Amino acid sequence: MADASYPEDLLYHPEHDWAKIDGDVATFGVTWYAQDALGEVVYFDPPEVGTTVTKDEPYAEVESVKAVSDVFAPLSGEIIEVNTSLGDTPETINSDPYGDGWMVKVKLSDVSETDALMDQATYLESLS
Amino acid sequence: MQQTTLKRTPLFERHQAAGAKLVPFAGWEMPVQYAGIRGEHEAVRTDVGVFDVSHMGEIETRGEQAEAFLQRILSNDVSKLPLGGAQYSLLCKPDGGVIDDLFTYRLAPDHFLTVTNASNHEKDLAWFVEQAREFPGAVVRDSADDYAMLAVQGPRAREVVQAFADQPLPSRMTAGRRLLTGRSVLVAGTGYTGEDGVELLIDPADASAIWDELLKRGATPVGLGARDTLRLEVCFHLYGNDLMEERDPIAAGLGWAVKEETGFIGADVLAQTRAAGPTEKLVPFKLTDKGIARQGNAILSGGEEIGVVTSGTLSPSLDVGIGMGYVRPEFAAPGTELEIDVRGKVRPAVVATKPLYPDEETDG
Repeated sequence: MADASYPEDLLYHPEHDWAKIDGDVATFGVTWYAQDALGEVVYFDPPEVGTTVTKDEPYAEVESVKAVSDVFAPLSGEIIEVNTSLGDTPETINSDPYGDGWMVKVKLSDVSETDALMDQATYLESLS
Repeated sequence: MQQTTLKRTPLFERHQAAGAKLVPFAGWEMPVQYAGIRGEHEAVRTDVGVFDVSHMGEIETRGEQAEAFLQRILSNDVSKLPLGGAQYSLLCKPDGGVIDDLFTYRLAPDHFLTVTNASNHEKDLAWFVEQAREFPGAVVRDSADDYAMLAVQGPRAREVVQAFADQPLPSRMTAGRRLLTGRSVLVAGTGYTGEDGVELLIDPADASAIWDELLKRGATPVGLGARDTLRLEVCFHLYGNDLMEERDPIAAGLGWAVKEETGFIGADVLAQTRAAGPTEKLVPFKLTDKGIARQGNAILSGGEEIGVVTSGTLSPSLDVGIGMGYVRPEFAAPGTELEIDVRGKVRPAVVATKPLYPDEETDG
């Protein structure tokens, strides 16, 4: 498992999800803290491309050996791409939560929602 | 639950040092995992793992009526328990519902040690004390504070413990005192993983020294997470999941540990249940496609609800979803195709045979 890290170029949601913004498209995933709390992820149940996601609502499920957890959308929009490789290698969510462990790309419906998310410093503070 | 009220085992600092993730469990702060459940599970299946199970309780029963008393409250035939032997039984209510499932050891002709589940210890103790009123020659004592308990399990478990024991270790389903690193320990040839191994009942003051010795000799610390996956692969029941006061041991497939002829509390009802056949049966199952069933998921057949999952996880050994659940008897035969409603997604499953691991189809 990788060491704890929280990249500076991401925005963070209180449910321990991150969003990387690129214009009106965002990539979502879960933070190092979330994957550590889950333990080894053994199953990722992805949503379908075209599904609408709503900020603060669950859009996918991850399972560790022990339990199932919802993954919350940090922002609203429509899913335009799903990281299908997680179906075969869900453990990537543990080993590379900000890289190959990304979950979905979403076309944002309201870019101004990003104002409600935390930057790295604020998120780190919330964890302490 | 407040952190301050949680009990800690004598090995708490050892768990912290070993990198454990500590969680509240049955009123105790216990290690759920160290390096990771999969690796710990694998260590027990292929090498040797050590579990701190000091949260489990102990009740000692002594006296000339000790056997008669235990025969009255335990479902198995205590008169058949030899000196130094171990026996599995249920503690039942008069209606046959399960108060707890227990291992009892006969340490001397009139001296027995019963190991309880942590979550049930106080309830069991109260039941023992209440029922013992009718047996003035039986003395019941809460011994939970007298013992730390370690389970050493895996194909190399005996070899590792034997290397620092003064005499050959007790064989399977027997128990006896041995000196381990010079410390007196009650060693039992029992476990909850399906692997060979021993359980060690230790003076709490000696627990850290024995733990250190085991780790030095290569045992992997294993948490409660892997304890659950290991037991479920071999279809051992977990109280609170697969056993409860609302269900009986016949339905749970534990009729082999129920000896109605001994006249224990609950025997009459259970004799009737056995004769008539239970209205539901606990079956092991495997998911045949993706997904992991969890406790509480509905079991379906042709869209109709016919049962409920009581334990479910991913099998680290088989890499498929496995579990146990209660179904109507007509759906209990191995090979029966079922569906499980996993949070709104219907997943195909099949009734399997015990144990789920080793899997004869793939492991020959």
